[in-house]
Amino acid sequence: MAIKTEEMVLNMGPQHPSTHGVLRLELVLEGEIIQKVTPHIGYLHRCFEKHCEAMTYPQIVPYTDRMDYLAAMGNEFGYAVAVEKLLGLELPPRVEYIRVIMAELQRIASHLVAIGTYGADIGAMTPFLFAFRDREVVLNLFEITCGARMLYNYIWPGGLSHDLHPDFVRLAREFCVYFKPKIVEMNNLLSTNRIFIERTANVGVLPLETAINYGITGPMLRGSGFKWDIRKDDPYSVYDKFDFDIPVGTGKHGTVGDCWDRYDVRIREMEESVKIIEQALDQLPEGNVTSAIPKRIKPVVGSVYARVENPRGELGYFIMSNGTTSPYRIKVRGPSFVNLGIMDVLCKNHMVADVIAILGSVDIVLGEVDR
Amino acid sequence: MGILDKQFDDNFIVTSVDDLFNWARLSSLWQLGFGLACCAIEMMATSASHYDFDRFGVIPRPSPRQADIIIISGTVTFKMAIRIKRLYEQMPDPKYIISMGSCSNCGGPYWEHGYHVVKGIDRVIPVDVYVPGCPPRPEALLEGLLKLQEKVRNESIVKKTA
Amino acid sequence: MKSAEEIFNLLKEKYNDGVKELVKQPIDAYITCDPLLINVISLFLMTHEDLLFDNLMILSGVDDANGKTVLVDGLKTIEGGTLSVYYHLESTKLRHKIVLRVSAPRENPEVESVSLIWHSADWHEREAFDLFGIKFLNHPDLRRILMPDDWEGHPLRKDYANPEFYLGIKVPY
Repeated sequence: MAIKTEEMVLNMGPQHPSTHGVLRLELVLEGEIIQKVTPHIGYLHRCFEKHCEAMTYPQIVPYTDRMDYLAAMGNEFGYAVAVEKLLGLELPPRVEYIRVIMAELQRIASHLVAIGTYGADIGAMTPFLFAFRDREVVLNLFEITCGARMLYNYIWPGGLSHDLHPDFVRLAREFCVYFKPKIVEMNNLLSTNRIFIERTANVGVLPLETAINYGITGPMLRGSGFKWDIRKDDPYSVYDKFDFDIPVGTGKHGTVGDCWDRYDVRIREMEESVKIIEQALDQLPEGNVTSAIPKRIKPVVGSVYARVENPRGELGYFIMSNGTTSPYRIKVRGPSFVNLGIMDVLCKNHMVADVIAILGSVDIVLGEVDR
Repeated sequence: MGILDKQFDDNFIVTSVDDLFNWARLSSLWQLGFGLACCAIEMMATSASHYDFDRFGVIPRPSPRQADIIIISGTVTFKMAIRIKRLYEQMPDPKYIISMGSCSNCGGPYWEHGYHVVKGIDRVIPVDVYVPGCPPRPEALLEGLLKLQEKVRNESIVKKTA
Repeated sequence: MKSAEEIFNLLKEKYNDGVKELVKQPIDAYITCDPLLINVISLFLMTHEDLLFDNLMILSGVDDANGKTVLVDGLKTIEGGTLSVYYHLESTKLRHKIVLRVSAPRENPEVESVSLIWHSADWHEREAFDLFGIKFLNHPDLRRILMPDDWEGHPLRKDYANPEFYLGIKVPY
């Protein structure tokens, strides 16, 4: 005689230590096995797109910062690239190189937070403290450039707000020398840790065809073995002048496309970012960073879609202009918004504790999901 | 600790009940692990090793029933305001609120066209300390905490406040 | 790699009534299509061997605001006109891109859903429904995604007015 069982609905509410922000997951469980996951979002919807229709083009830059607050330089970069494409602006080369250096430093800072909090979700407290210690050095570099630790208002359409501090190049080179052994330390702490591998290998396997159909981009897509990076496949700014590799998941400890692969892609991307920063510092030309900033931005009637490679995936801006100084419509394609749609597919037939591991490997930021 | 402190041998301390209770409360304010938006990252940076919240006795607790303070860090939206009220009512007395950042003080940069943003968390729950900034530096948050400790130091268990 | 004209010609010879015209405006040219045939056109775009559009990059709703502005109860509302949806498609194998646009009447905006062809459209269409009110036919689960379920109105329309109170909390500053 079989035992009669019922399905149970469990709510991982908006206030939860491991949901990386205000996300609500509704889990339908059969015992400990997940049958269905429904994410509920909108708890941080801050009406970014409505604000854009009322502000002028330069006034929108601080609002773009606050969408993906862990990668603020990347957001500003994407917006500047889109507006410059709409205007057809030519930029001085010094501006392009400084933008690349800032974007890669921001990539390192963002991946450090992702790795630190992922370790904290799995149960390891130490990588969190080590990651934040290294992130403070990067935030110091940002602070001497533009005065702010986290939300910068630095990359304006047409140029930058300030030139580099005289000490910046020396301090950035010292950071590159300081940071390389720290990646080795993080690998010894977490990547080769037996417990971490047991909890993340073969969990949440994402097949490649599903990933492309669901619009997944960024380290999640590269963890499934596909070499797709906007910096190489649809280059913008001066990324075609640098020599760097695109790490993909190899299935070293499990299957290709599991949580360990996505985590490993992020660690190896940090190494590649250090390479790009060193090359950019060597090639940095002289020039004026504010000479190309237009006095008034009034584009022609039309629309444009431009995208950049943010630490979390492909960030795209769709800007429609009606010939005035404010945009008619801006829609932001946030990578976390699209990546979160795959939670139901990934979590089927896993246990409740695996949901935390999978959510940490998706690496979402709620500011970008809800805008 | 009182005017009769250190007048006797080292094993005796004489103080008032108010001072003793207040000292115990302000040295171990356990916070609810609750972060909404960008200010939450600065709160996490404050509790990491560079600025360290733990030396003031502040540890994050996951459940509201074990927490003393709640730091509202980030923008409050209408969808979230209902849940914050429920969390506030689940916390046992004495409880304190720190409102961190412009968005929870007054709506922040979203005050003009934000149809879904609550213009300040004090429209929903009563606030003790406001920390301005967008986002406030970790040192600013630590000063907010010290101001809260000063407020707790002047409380009395006989007179009920708020 | 194909250009926008070649893709338009391929589409026009297969679906003459569904595909309307190629509008060459600054920066990104787009092809206008019929809102009730967009799912058939999308399946053709994804499976044809010369096109292979396997990645839907972004799907956005736009309020064209091309109707008449009238005063109803003292509030400015727009009557008539259209709401549009823009689709930006890309092929990861053949490296070309195209933009499609459909327009539906403002009073009863109905567009066929493409979420069964590209699953990334699922949440984008829910957001367009939430913020503009565009109904996507045959969508598996069409309900509000960003706003609360009992919110009235569609906020990103150009004639949207803020409510005074929501659940007892004052909405304006």
